[in-house]
Amino acid sequence: MATFKDKLPSIDPRGFVLPALLLLVWQGITAAGWVDTRIIVAPSAVLAAGWNWINSGLALESIGASLFRDASGFTLGAAAGITIGLLLGTSKLANTFFGPTFHTLKHISIFAWIPLLSAFFGRDDLAKIVFIAFATLYPVALATIEGVRAIAASQLEVAKVYGFTPRQALFRLILPAASPQIISGLHLGLIFAWLATMGAEFLLASTGEGLGMTVIRGRAAFRVDLIIFGMLIIGAFGMLLNELATRAESRLLHWRGHAR
Amino acid sequence: MAHAGTLTINRLNKDYRVKDKNLHILDNVSLSIAPGEFVSIVGSSGCGKSTLLRLIIGLEEDYKGEILLDGKPISGTSLDRGIVFQEHRLFPWLSVEQNVGLALQNSSLSDSEKQRSIQEHIELVGLRGFEKAYPYQLSGGMSQRVAIARGLVNRPEILLLDEPFGALDAMTKYNLQKELQHIWEAEGITMILVTHDVEEAVYLGDRVVIMEPRPGRIKRIVPVPLERPRNRMALNFVRIKEEILGEFGINHQEEEALIPALAA
Repeated sequence: MATFKDKLPSIDPRGFVLPALLLLVWQGITAAGWVDTRIIVAPSAVLAAGWNWINSGLALESIGASLFRDASGFTLGAAAGITIGLLLGTSKLANTFFGPTFHTLKHISIFAWIPLLSAFFGRDDLAKIVFIAFATLYPVALATIEGVRAIAASQLEVAKVYGFTPRQALFRLILPAASPQIISGLHLGLIFAWLATMGAEFLLASTGEGLGMTVIRGRAAFRVDLIIFGMLIIGAFGMLLNELATRAESRLLHWRGHAR
Repeated sequence: MAHAGTLTINRLNKDYRVKDKNLHILDNVSLSIAPGEFVSIVGSSGCGKSTLLRLIIGLEEDYKGEILLDGKPISGTSLDRGIVFQEHRLFPWLSVEQNVGLALQNSSLSDSEKQRSIQEHIELVGLRGFEKAYPYQLSGGMSQRVAIARGLVNRPEILLLDEPFGALDAMTKYNLQKELQHIWEAEGITMILVTHDVEEAVYLGDRVVIMEPRPGRIKRIVPVPLERPRNRMALNFVRIKEEILGEFGINHQEEEALIPALAA
């Protein structure tokens, strides 16, 4: 059994030099009083603000609310994306009728949907979740279409020779054969969903909690320390989600071997 | 033991339409194959030998003439007819036993019978111990063994082999040819092998069907009345091989006659 430490990639310490230097300069100039510390706050002040925020219990609530939106929107969008992708990828008829509409709509920036979404769903969690689902849907659907279309005719012939039913063809051939593309689509969708979670909280700001809303409120209250700490937490969770996705990917696709 | 099928092909014609042109692929092919017989089909590329197999397995339709298995016209694909392709066509996301089991999904056997048949056929092709391996862990020869097990696990009446050893190295090919002959004897089913390797055709076949191209048709059928296992170096073997090569215009005596002329 490999320990956690074995799994960590070896890191060259030289990579830390620049960030450490910047931190030092940052702390130095704020301590020396060369800048307006209301705009450029000291790293120590950021840490202090973060510490207070965590201790107040608001941090946990914010993180929880954001992750809930992220997970709900992602699940909804991923399910819809895979379904649409399978439909457009496998059925000529569906592709004829819905393909052009789908491929035209994808050019509308997801942020352009925000006014319409808030008109329909208000500014509550539902609107945010639908927005996140939209952001997830497109990369997942496009990757699924690509994966399904890449299935070799020779593999479909194997299914025909052994008399697969449509259901068997879907679960024993189409989904697994397209899984490398679907999984990288889901990975991309996960990144998009987290970006969209923050986007939704900024642009559909309401009274609830959330990491994005914390940052927005930090700005309103001119709390640069809180803004910066919020950004760090948002980045850290983005990284964490990405890492989880990478691990899930290599586990699910173990059958491809190591040579890629 | 599986029941071996009688295959009868009567005046089979197949055309492809490519743009506005009509390509005549198979011209009046008639062939009758006895139960348990091993028939090799040789021919240069474009002679329609693979198309013939694809028609028999049911992957190609829209033909004129008759293809009868045990007197009944074939329709579409069926578990009665198995096939091994030139490429192994295993599903890379499934292990060896799952790939073999794929062929049994729609069989009427009970789960325990399926399990037993899968295990038997993995052992038959000499892959005991590799049940849980994935295709990326197997060599080309091992993958083709799995494909043979998958083709046989349903106990089809007839097994079609479409250049199954064409992509393998010479050593692996020799071994697999020998083993295929044992398998054919053990299973007692009808087999049709399409190949462009004349030696392979003679080594395995009871008869060798020689096809010629444009349009694809049977030129000649050569019986191979030799005891098994066959010795590739035996005079009778070489004589039959030379006779077939002669049909393709490859004449070794002429070649030898040329050597002194070149040396001079």
